[in-house]
Amino acid sequence: MVNYHLNHIKLLEAESVFILREVAAQFERPALLFSGGKDSIVMLHLARKAFWPSAIPFPLMHIDTGHNFVETLVYRDELVEKIGARLIVGSVQESIDKGRAAEETGYNASRNVLQTVTLLDTIEEHKIDVAMGGARRDEEKARAKERFFSHRDEFGQWDPKNQRPELWNLFNGKKRIGEHFRVFPLSNWTEMDVWQYIYHEQIDMPSLYFSHDRDCFVRDGVIYSCSDFMKLKPTEKVENMHIRFRTIGDMTCTGATLSHANSLEDIIEEVAATRVTERGSRIDDKRSEAAMEDRKKEGYF
Amino acid sequence: MAANLKDGYLDMELLRFTTAGSVDDGKSTLIGRLLYDSKSIFEDQYNAIKQASEQRGETQVNLALLTDGLRAEREQGITIDVAYRYFATPKRKFIIADTPGHVQYTRNMVTGASTANLALILIDARKGVIEQSRRHSFIASLLKIPHLVVCINKMDLVDYSESVFDQIKKDFTNFATKLDVHDIRFIPISALNGDNVVNSSVNMPWYKDGPLLHLLETIHISSDENLVDCRFPVQYVIRPYKDEYHDYRGYAGRVASGIFKKGDKVMVLPSGFSSRIKEIDSFDGPVEEAFSPMSVTILLEDDIDISRGDMIVRENNLPNIGQDFDVMLCWMNEKKLVNGGKYAIKHTTKDARCVIKDIRYKVDIQTLHRDETDNSVGLNDIARVSIRTTQPFFFDRYKNNRITGSIILIDEATNETLGAGMII
Repeated sequence: MVNYHLNHIKLLEAESVFILREVAAQFERPALLFSGGKDSIVMLHLARKAFWPSAIPFPLMHIDTGHNFVETLVYRDELVEKIGARLIVGSVQESIDKGRAAEETGYNASRNVLQTVTLLDTIEEHKIDVAMGGARRDEEKARAKERFFSHRDEFGQWDPKNQRPELWNLFNGKKRIGEHFRVFPLSNWTEMDVWQYIYHEQIDMPSLYFSHDRDCFVRDGVIYSCSDFMKLKPTEKVENMHIRFRTIGDMTCTGATLSHANSLEDIIEEVAATRVTERGSRIDDKRSEAAMEDRKKEGYF
Repeated sequence: MAANLKDGYLDMELLRFTTAGSVDDGKSTLIGRLLYDSKSIFEDQYNAIKQASEQRGETQVNLALLTDGLRAEREQGITIDVAYRYFATPKRKFIIADTPGHVQYTRNMVTGASTANLALILIDARKGVIEQSRRHSFIASLLKIPHLVVCINKMDLVDYSESVFDQIKKDFTNFATKLDVHDIRFIPISALNGDNVVNSSVNMPWYKDGPLLHLLETIHISSDENLVDCRFPVQYVIRPYKDEYHDYRGYAGRVASGIFKKGDKVMVLPSGFSSRIKEIDSFDGPVEEAFSPMSVTILLEDDIDISRGDMIVRENNLPNIGQDFDVMLCWMNEKKLVNGGKYAIKHTTKDARCVIKDIRYKVDIQTLHRDETDNSVGLNDIARVSIRTTQPFFFDRYKNNRITGSIILIDEATNETLGAGMII
């Protein structure tokens, strides 16, 4: 007898594909936010599945802080070339040059917060009415409250206390002119689901996710990769370490973990055994207890 | 682990369950314990809430802080919105829709219940079946959650008494005869001490049916899907415009119910044209059959004009087709429902407009009493209303089909989602 039952990976895939198609059907000018991190890679993979054999009916959008890992940019450009997608790049450097954003100063200066300005400007410039992001509800407590279809007012703001109820699989993407949506097709995925899916689908991943030797330094208990974007304090010293990245943001806010995992199987095993959340190595979340909620209200990813 | 990957670690079932409760009935403690004992709370999360609890002057680590993610919720110590939590055991993956339990949050309970396979109802062993437990059970039954698990909590405070458990079980069963729920289980627990949550309780040897987590891991859910009535709402039409796919016209969508096979004779609504399934396609290659809730692309043998909002069905098993139906409506907005009012309406992949023809009665969700004289429907009210739509819908009773039996109403001026309806 045939077993009519979908396992959790196939169920999550079917749900995300449904969401992606719903976006293409309900909106006129969608864009898929692509950072080169694992979640956006999986989201893009699902988008290819959703519209196959057509090409994906929307461009990718990358908000480039100018502080990216070289590996991320190489991976991005190769993938875009391979699948024949259109890529829009919003540059934080340009926002700074135009005077739209001001660079932070000091040792812990980061362009993380500045991304919001560039993101909203790029959305406006390209008249994007919905930006899809790879954020997951299990990542962070403010994100646990996020809808699949998240409404933004004309200032790009999120109002967490006044969200539209979301029932069954009926998604309300209606909006007024000037407003836009953020849609999160991976809302119900966990970090483990993402890695199991990558393994199941054998998706090529950037080398940063696998263990490698790298010049690093330690600050406030976080291992950073050495780069031109971060100035060492006099007490800090460069060490060559065997590390990998669990999450990839830009170089100024992504911490590494000591690891020997250099295959997808190893990574899954490591994720299963780990006792710290992946965002534990994200410095951008540590600025205050509600750092994510505050940034999201302003229009962050 | 590498062996696990191949031996089914990738092949787990997903169970979605909902919990409802107020601050003092131990709901947060129970969820906290499920997450903590299944090792789904990470050290940095635990340390963060420990620190926050200390800062608030609380002596115990407040596990509610795990789920109350918004600043306002933390400040006020209440759950405002539905929070989704995720955990896994080696047997299953779980999604919890954690909702506040007060009457003023009925809309959140309904939201959380809409996608759940199972509802956890918490009853304080000292208080027995109270209004709140009745309300939660009614909502679970209204939303047709197939399984109800009644956790009789705080058993430690009634000396782990079997007779207290039996009495509450009897009271609840009596009340439940008024509900449309077929699978109800009872478990005596102490969330605080962990009795019968993850491990069997040594304090209640008289209870033999295993702890809560064991039930959550093993309860049979694969028959919850409707595999009989074939319904495929067309979501998106795929036209590749590439040379190698010159005549490709694929109807993309998610199977709402039933099983579709290659070669099946089908009918397309609303046109009524018949055809056969030429192929069921996917990125990973053609599939022989598609069943709910798979997302696939269907190709037909004949060239028929089909667009989003149409539905592919089997000729010998048609849904209702019409512009008039009644729904049980849960109202979710401060602005009251207007009798005779016009709204935008969403049903499967179809968008239309509708008018409220009649407000038949309102349900008192405390007593389940129907009030035919009161037709003022405001936030969190539940009422039976008659609706007429601007175009024909292809629908089933919600009782038989949660996908083709549900609608939402939308404000045409503000675009807010105002209400959720279950077709009767």
